[in-house]
Amino acid sequence: MTTEPVTDATEESREFVTIYVGNQLCGIPVLKVRDVLGPQKITRVPLAPPEVAGLLNLRGRIVTAIDLRRRLGLDARPAEDKGMSVVVEQHGELYSLMVDSVGEVLNLPAAAFERNPATLDPLWRRFSEGVYRLDAGLLVVLNGDSLLDYGAKAAA
Amino acid sequence: MDDLLREFLTETAESLESLDVELVRLEQDPNDPALLSNIFRLVHTIKGTCGFLGLPRLEAVAHAGENVLGRFRDGALHVTPEAVSLILESLDTIKSILATLEQTEAEPEGDDSDLIARLNKMAEGGARPAAAAPAPRPAAKAEPAPVAPPAAEPAPKAPLIERVGGVSAVDAAVDLLFRKLLKDAELGPMFDETDLTLLQGRQVEILVSLVGGQKSGAAGELAALYSPAVERGFSDAHFDRLLGYLKESLATLEVPADAADDMLATAGTLRDVVLNKGAHGAPPKAKKARTADEAKSADAEDGKDAQKKESSVASQSVRVGVDLLENLMTMVSELVLSRNQLLQMVRKYEDSEFSAPLQRLSLITTDLQEGVMKTRMQPIGNAWSKLPRIVRDLSHELGKKIDLDMRGAETELDRQVLEMIKDPLTHMVRNSADHGVELPDERVRAGKPETGRILLNAYHEGGHIIIEIADDGRGINIDKVRAKAIASGLASESELAEMSDKQIMQFVFRAGFSTAEKVTNVSGRGVGMDVVRTNIEKIGGHVEMKSEPGRGSTFVVKIPLTLAIVSALIVASGGERFAIPQIGVDELVRVTHGSEHRIETINDTRVLRLRNRLLPLVALDEMLKLRGAGDEKPADDSADKHAGREDETCIVVARVGTSSFGIIVDQVFESEEIVVKPVTHVLRGIAIFSGNTILGDGSVIMILDPNGVAAAIGESIVADGHMSEDAQVHGESGALGERTTLLVFRAGGAEPLAVPLALVARLEEVDVAKIEEANGQPVVQYRGQLMPLVSVGAGFERAREGRQQVIVFSDGDRSMGLMVNEIVDIVEDRLKVELNSKHTGVIGTAVVAGRATEVIDAAHYLEQAFGDWFRQAGRSGRARADGRKRRQSNRILLVDDSPFFRNLLTPLLSVAGYEVTAVEGAERALELRESGQAFDAIISDIEMPGMDGFDLARTIRESGAWKDTPLLALSAYSSPDDLDRGREVGFTDYIAKLDRDALLQSLSQTLSSHRGAA
Repeated sequence: MTTEPVTDATEESREFVTIYVGNQLCGIPVLKVRDVLGPQKITRVPLAPPEVAGLLNLRGRIVTAIDLRRRLGLDARPAEDKGMSVVVEQHGELYSLMVDSVGEVLNLPAAAFERNPATLDPLWRRFSEGVYRLDAGLLVVLNGDSLLDYGAKAAA
Repeated sequence: MDDLLREFLTETAESLESLDVELVRLEQDPNDPALLSNIFRLVHTIKGTCGFLGLPRLEAVAHAGENVLGRFRDGALHVTPEAVSLILESLDTIKSILATLEQTEAEPEGDDSDLIARLNKMAEGGARPAAAAPAPRPAAKAEPAPVAPPAAEPAPKAPLIERVGGVSAVDAAVDLLFRKLLKDAELGPMFDETDLTLLQGRQVEILVSLVGGQKSGAAGELAALYSPAVERGFSDAHFDRLLGYLKESLATLEVPADAADDMLATAGTLRDVVLNKGAHGAPPKAKKARTADEAKSADAEDGKDAQKKESSVASQSVRVGVDLLENLMTMVSELVLSRNQLLQMVRKYEDSEFSAPLQRLSLITTDLQEGVMKTRMQPIGNAWSKLPRIVRDLSHELGKKIDLDMRGAETELDRQVLEMIKDPLTHMVRNSADHGVELPDERVRAGKPETGRILLNAYHEGGHIIIEIADDGRGINIDKVRAKAIASGLASESELAEMSDKQIMQFVFRAGFSTAEKVTNVSGRGVGMDVVRTNIEKIGGHVEMKSEPGRGSTFVVKIPLTLAIVSALIVASGGERFAIPQIGVDELVRVTHGSEHRIETINDTRVLRLRNRLLPLVALDEMLKLRGAGDEKPADDSADKHAGREDETCIVVARVGTSSFGIIVDQVFESEEIVVKPVTHVLRGIAIFSGNTILGDGSVIMILDPNGVAAAIGESIVADGHMSEDAQVHGESGALGERTTLLVFRAGGAEPLAVPLALVARLEEVDVAKIEEANGQPVVQYRGQLMPLVSVGAGFERAREGRQQVIVFSDGDRSMGLMVNEIVDIVEDRLKVELNSKHTGVIGTAVVAGRATEVIDAAHYLEQAFGDWFRQAGRSGRARADGRKRRQSNRILLVDDSPFFRNLLTPLLSVAGYEVTAVEGAERALELRESGQAFDAIISDIEMPGMDGFDLARTIRESGAWKDTPLLALSAYSSPDDLDRGREVGFTDYIAKLDRDALLQSLSQTLSSHRGAA
């Protein structure tokens, strides 16, 4: 695994951890990902925004679990599917993004990158940095900042 | 940012803070030399470092400031407030430059020449330092140069070595010098043991290099060569003589005077070397002509001392980054959690080999925890450091004299807590200075000393730190507060009339409240005290205020010593566990069927009857919406869910400020020490939670914030009665000392209802078969009349068969029957309505015989009945007009500010056959008079806000349409004086409130005698 900086847009390629949310293939920049977890015991948080599935304890640190399906406006995962989680860190806090499954790490060339299509659903547009054209389909690059940006949103 | 810059910023920030305090002290004590030199040293260091780091703007400003300070130190300039202000201004400039520096790592663009010019002007205002240095030294290089940039060399001359005459000249001069030296009776013998040839040679060498403008590396050797002489007593005085000889030699060689002087100066710099005083005598570069050497050596001295001082202080303390401490704290917290976990596990096994070592581990962990907590402790003086300057500036700005007395500055508290109270404290001090302390002449007029005093006092008390902020100013003006409260719509006059002075003062803590006449930029914006209180309560503390008009005000802040690890009660509700900080919990109450504490329900609102208070209740699972939509619990079950069941209900009684409330939970576990972790920003908006934590078993639970819960309650459950300070403020002003008799019954629900017995004519049982319908209204034939039957509330179900209980209210031969399920009791009790209810038909709730009971509004039901009745006029019975004629219907005006009493007396009087008009105040009554209404008698309450009964009587009796109308006074107070007064103002009679019989009797008597008279 190379350690090239991920932020430089003129770089040849970037690496992503691929995840499936709903039926959509998405990617999170590899350097942002701390852990990949299986199903966890989550404490519900009453009155929290609906996407916040709850809190969990990861080696002594409290991690906020965000249900990505909900966040992206998709239907809830069927109960039998346990799903997996990708743990990222943002502004010193840990978040566990709950997804359907986690794929491999892909190294994607800049040439295949496109800006968000104009017709993209506004919710997705908010969270997507752009799209990669892959043989197998499109990969939506998720923007951690906007995904986890609750700003001045008052909960409940 | 590189480490160097970062350190510079940290250190300089500290120095600047220190300087603020010191300068204020200096202003008060201008001649303290230690203070002066410390201040000078601080600024000097700042300047030096700035120069070193290549920060020209900062250096320039610091240098200018240093000059002025130097003058202070020399005694050449007096320490005046203007001078101090100017220095403070320069410090502020430095602070702002530093701020930009921190952000951008570069100095901001800007021009300080104005400030610098002013500083220099001030510095020059002092006498110039003597051209000659105080140390006995001939021809010290006089270059006073108080100008900001280091003085450049005056007009470039030819190099000294040339002017002197070259190396040969130096050689010759030294040669001559030594000859004279040896001839000197005193000096000669000192050099007996010295190899003079060697010495001379070295001396020439060194002088030549120095004169040529280079540093000589041979200084050490020279020192060594001179040392035998020094040991023999060669000292300063002798060195002077040496220089004298050199001078002579130079003169002999006809070296030009100025060159000679320069050379002598250069030679003079070798003093320390020659006299073996250590290496400080390194000669300055000829290019950089410094200010008087005296300053330099003084620096050297100071530098040495400071270094010594610093190193001794330094050896006792170590600078540690905050991050490192936080890390340490987190790790210790984890350790505590793991320890808790282990303890829990081991508890299960009574006798395990793990127990003993675990005990030890536990003790050590506790000690470690305490130790690390201590690292977070800082003296509160740190929060106070800015205050002297602020008070000083304020007193200048406002033209007042204020003395700030800070005690207990060394009292320690948690760093985090310190951060949070810094601003509130500052605000309170500003308030005291701005509003509290009066202007000097005002104070003198009041007999107080001219200088006002603000006292800050901090001390520990039982796990808390107490901070008092007291001033000896004018105190809080209650009338102003009252006026402001009314003007802001926070309370009505009548409400205020009920409050004690202490309660009124609490308005100061309300949002947007400020009695300042104008908004200064100091305070008066009205955002202050409520934010102060909120911030303090956020950290689990509270603030109280005491004030004496004319004497001063005191704020007392009480805060827990530490935030990070708290004792918390673990509870369960709705299948989830939560933690409630112990500090907010007053007690735990278990309500069972037979317990003395009970849960009552009023209109679906639960309250807890705890000893003799009513506490609002909230069910945690409801508030947190934990019972989701999928629950099989039907809606109307909820009212009974927690009340009146066989099982026990657990209630946590929490307190916020001075108000208490109860939280219903499913289960209460034990208390645990938990590590409070802040919630993620995603959840920060949920006011009910103040944090989260990991329990011993590894699970994450939320920590409840009683403040947040209280806020949530305030909105949802208790519609009108606001849970504030004092229960006495609640509800009606119908507090009586009198007892009255109530009929308690049940109708349409399990909760008891009540009606004053005075209004009830009869209790009857009616055969349901006889109940008929008329216009949708049930009626029954009763004593030859049709009596309408009214039910209380929507939930009431008439009996289907058998007999229906009815409370009959009568009026001559008109009756109304109130259908009830069950007559419970007749009770004599003090009538004090506690909660207002917006429901029609109900006046409010009173605690009757220990139970919360709704008191129904009889008038409402009577109206309902009679209204209906008259709609079926003609069916039977008399028309209203007839009915009226049957008796002399007298029109009564009832004046009483209490809606309760109006509601009570009106039916009472109507039932007795009077036509009643009720108004809520004297003004309204007089309005009626103006509009031409006339009454046969007026009954008036005495204690009313605005115009009271006595005044009303007086007004009525004075003149006007009602001059002769009989006036009856109703009052709870009937002392002989009151009676006299009543008669005096013109009352026909004076009756105790709620003495139904007396009232009716008096009325009828008065009316008949009046009629008779008329």
